[in-house]
Amino acid sequence: MQAVFLVCACISILCVAVICIYMFAKGCPAIAKIGVAEFLGGKDWFPTNSQPSFGIFPMIVGSMYVTAGAIMIGVPVGLLTAVFLAKFCPKRLYKFVLPAVNLLAGIPSIVYGFFGMIVVVPFVRSVFGGTGNSIITASFILGIMILPTVIGMSESALNAVPSQYYEGALALGATHERSVMRVVLPAAKSGVCAAIVLAIGRAVGETMAVVMIAGNQARLPHQLTQGVRTLTANIIMEMGYATGLHYDALLGTGVVLFVFILMLNLLLSAVTSKKER
Amino acid sequence: MNEQMKMTYKAHPLSFVMKLLVWICAAATVGVFLMLVGYVLVRGVPYLSTSLFSLHGTTDNVSILPSIINTLKMVGIALLIAAPLGICCAIYLVEYAKKGSKFVKAIRLTTQTLSGIPSIIYGIFGSMFFVTALKWRLSLLSGACTLAIMVLPVIITSAEEALKSVDDSYREGSFGLGAGKLRTVFRVVLPSAVSGILSGVILAIGRIVGETAALVFTAGALTKIAGLKDSGATLAVHMYNLSNEGLHMNEAAAAAVVLLITVMLLNAFASFAAKRIKKTSGEI
Repeated sequence: MQAVFLVCACISILCVAVICIYMFAKGCPAIAKIGVAEFLGGKDWFPTNSQPSFGIFPMIVGSMYVTAGAIMIGVPVGLLTAVFLAKFCPKRLYKFVLPAVNLLAGIPSIVYGFFGMIVVVPFVRSVFGGTGNSIITASFILGIMILPTVIGMSESALNAVPSQYYEGALALGATHERSVMRVVLPAAKSGVCAAIVLAIGRAVGETMAVVMIAGNQARLPHQLTQGVRTLTANIIMEMGYATGLHYDALLGTGVVLFVFILMLNLLLSAVTSKKER
Repeated sequence: MNEQMKMTYKAHPLSFVMKLLVWICAAATVGVFLMLVGYVLVRGVPYLSTSLFSLHGTTDNVSILPSIINTLKMVGIALLIAAPLGICCAIYLVEYAKKGSKFVKAIRLTTQTLSGIPSIIYGIFGSMFFVTALKWRLSLLSGACTLAIMVLPVIITSAEEALKSVDDSYREGSFGLGAGKLRTVFRVVLPSAVSGILSGVILAIGRIVGETAALVFTAGALTKIAGLKDSGATLAVHMYNLSNEGLHMNEAAAAAVVLLITVMLLNAFASFAAKRIKKTSGEI
């Protein structure tokens, strides 16, 4: 029977191996066919022209923009909410705030996208101008979506800090806020970093919510009110009807995304293993 | 606020600003959640009509019932694959494996990797592997297998936590009474860890119900009740199609309400189950 358990235990290793092999075996030749420099650095994405060009640079930039925006919105708010939950929250209130955060994590991305479509897009349109399907909108929704990731991990990091740190700071005459912000929070640094890395992964990989609100124009944006297309959106929009080299180019897009996520994962395990030491 | 606190904050205005900021951020988080749920409910509930739940979906009534049935099937098949595998993996990790061995580390790393891979990558992989290479075409089976891989880390981690939280005295007691390893695992350890495992499984159901990107290219978007080998849209995919076409926004909103309520109920169940392990393990 132990053998059965052992075989089952191998399944996650097997899955990762097969996924890696398939992604790279199918995607890399596609990138090579188009040319690495032209694929990664090309600014034109005209896959269906008679002289097609497959440059995903605008999509890479698009993913970076919306991710950066999401981090700028989600991390400060999420971190301070985690501080609130760990050090400020009255017990009675905790019972309401924590479930709200957990439910935010459970809401499907398509519902986030729908919320963005009916509420945030019109709002951004009336306040900032443009069509509303823009970097700002996508960043805002992604910022909300990464909140539970940031809050959950940061809170447990804050709670793991020995209480002597906090008490010591209080005894030296610091206020409650100062002790938390200047002593406890720095001590929880590696956990917070892990949370941010995880949040970046979430934001980069998010597909449905982004494709519904980001506008999806495959060109380099010049303003925050312009639409962008992310790597994920590029795949989901065109994979359905793509054939030949176009299909290969989309696989290549997937590989670029996959490599990025794998690098983030390595970074994450580097950060967490440092914490364990 | 009492006098002493007022004095403190007068002497340290920055501390007061910090406190305000922390409270504002927490309020913003809760506020955004309430706003999201509120808007979706207000927008969608009025359109929950009976024609939306008719058994035969047409392009006119865009019924969501077939897609709900597909979702249930999808959940069933995916769990049938993922739950035994994940739980057995957790049993191996907790009960059999040498702690800290290279093999265990590899499992940890790959599980973590799996949970970090975005759903669209699973979608691409599923469409290349299950749909094309195994020739299962766009079908519930392809979709369910893709999703099974996707929820595997959720089940493994929660089952592992649950098994770890079972007190060692249970195992020792069972061994002391003469039970073997296997009997101990199945008759003593698993029953006391069942609510924790359940909470992970419920979370996995929530992920499956809400998943879209991984399914569009593996299970397809046909809105009819599908068999194992047929293409069929789950509720989330159906909702994506509706809002994408832009013709049936009201029905999409109604579908969003159904999705939202289902997922919220599932999450509530999961945390209820998770709380129960804390209680039972506290009693020991």
